[in-house]
Amino acid sequence: MNVLIPGALRSYTRQSHVDAAGVTLDALFTDLDRRYPGLRFRVVDEQGLLRPNMRVFVNGIGVRELQHALKPDDDVAVVLALSGG
Amino acid sequence: MSRASTAKPAKKTAARRAPAPPARLVVFVATRKGAWIFHSDARRKAWVADGPHFLGHTISHVQLDPRDGRTLLAAAKTGHLGPTIFRSTNLGKTWKEAKQPPAFANPAGGPPARSVDHTFWLTPGHAGERDTWYAGTSPQGLFRSEDGGITWAPLPAVNDDAQFREWMGSAQDGTPDGPKLHSIIVDPRDPQHLLFGMSGGGVHESQDAGRSWSTLIKGMEVVEGMDPATVTFHDPHCVRLCPGQPDRLYQQNHCGIYRLDRPGDTWQRIGRKMPKRVGDVGFPMVVHPRDPDTAWVFPMDAATVWPRTSPDGRPAAYVTRNAGRTWQRQDEGLPETQAWWTVKRQAMTVDAQAAPALYLGTTSGELWIGRDEGARWSLIARHLPEIYAVEVAALA
Repeated sequence: MNVLIPGALRSYTRQSHVDAAGVTLDALFTDLDRRYPGLRFRVVDEQGLLRPNMRVFVNGIGVRELQHALKPDDDVAVVLALSGG
Repeated sequence: MSRASTAKPAKKTAARRAPAPPARLVVFVATRKGAWIFHSDARRKAWVADGPHFLGHTISHVQLDPRDGRTLLAAAKTGHLGPTIFRSTNLGKTWKEAKQPPAFANPAGGPPARSVDHTFWLTPGHAGERDTWYAGTSPQGLFRSEDGGITWAPLPAVNDDAQFREWMGSAQDGTPDGPKLHSIIVDPRDPQHLLFGMSGGGVHESQDAGRSWSTLIKGMEVVEGMDPATVTFHDPHCVRLCPGQPDRLYQQNHCGIYRLDRPGDTWQRIGRKMPKRVGDVGFPMVVHPRDPDTAWVFPMDAATVWPRTSPDGRPAAYVTRNAGRTWQRQDEGLPETQAWWTVKRQAMTVDAQAAPALYLGTTSGELWIGRDEGARWSLIARHLPEIYAVEVAALA
């Protein structure tokens, strides 16, 4: 499926849109980490939780549950929430 | 804009055995918005800035591996992304991310699971244990790498121990940007002998490379009205071991300045000899590379609501030349008034040259050098982001 990558993670992917696979968001991030080592831990912590300032949208709908089921033609967007200063 | 310092470098230290002059000095500066590396020759007069590295990343600490003189580790995170460790094997020319950064385990039946927010402290391992490193995190955790920082493993005797977890408290009990495990010390005589501090949660010591630990808080004071027997209430800000006498420890604490001479087990509050109007609270603690009687602190205002600024807006280091019996102010070259910055616990250090220089980084982004053991201060750089850590190394 098509995954939109935020600027902060492009040091891993070198591109804004990448292809990856997974039947859940958790599996998708595992696949992204296989393709781009280190990416998953910057987004998902060691307890399997999405980090506080990361947002994920599946077909435009915000999702925080990593067990959310995905279909091969879903559009997934990883987005940075407002933070910092 | 300077006034005479009341402190003079001790002549006895100049006569002590010092290393041969190095070809160059390198200062590693970690800031809230990236890292910088400053290069100079042995005279330490002119400095060349290399940076920013990791612009926009919060860098808590950059450390050189003294065993090879070229491997650097940098503890990083950003406002959005999780924590990681970057590693360079060519003194910062190129960086590569750790394959397995520090991350907590989640043992079945253990205390509630935690996630590392950031790695706060990095300590190279013993000289005889090539590629071993230690890391302290927020929330408090202790980690070890045995491959030069590429992969990290948690130390369960600290991270998953119910008693330690009680002493660590919650995020509510720590410093404003999270409770810290810091001041990881490896005894230069014995790689099995380790110490660390927790803000808050006391000072702890291991004689078996971290498999078991004992507390080291006797004599340390706590906030008025609290019970000093309760480990949770102890807040060491920075603990240092004297290279010239590894049985001597100095500590800057939330409640004063202390010294401990082993095998004794009771900290002595040596900060009571500081001027009353300045007090004996601050973050950094610096020890002389050879003379165990010489140490430095950089006091901050801990009155009323704890401004954590230089007292009266007049920053100064204080040095003792007699293991804490007396202290002298060192402010020549520093601003005389209206300077409201302070120095964090990792942001002050000393080099090991024949006439050592001090280095400090301020919360306002200034990097200072204190020549002749802090007798004369001058700027190396300004307008950097808030400085979190400063380390110095001599390279051949």
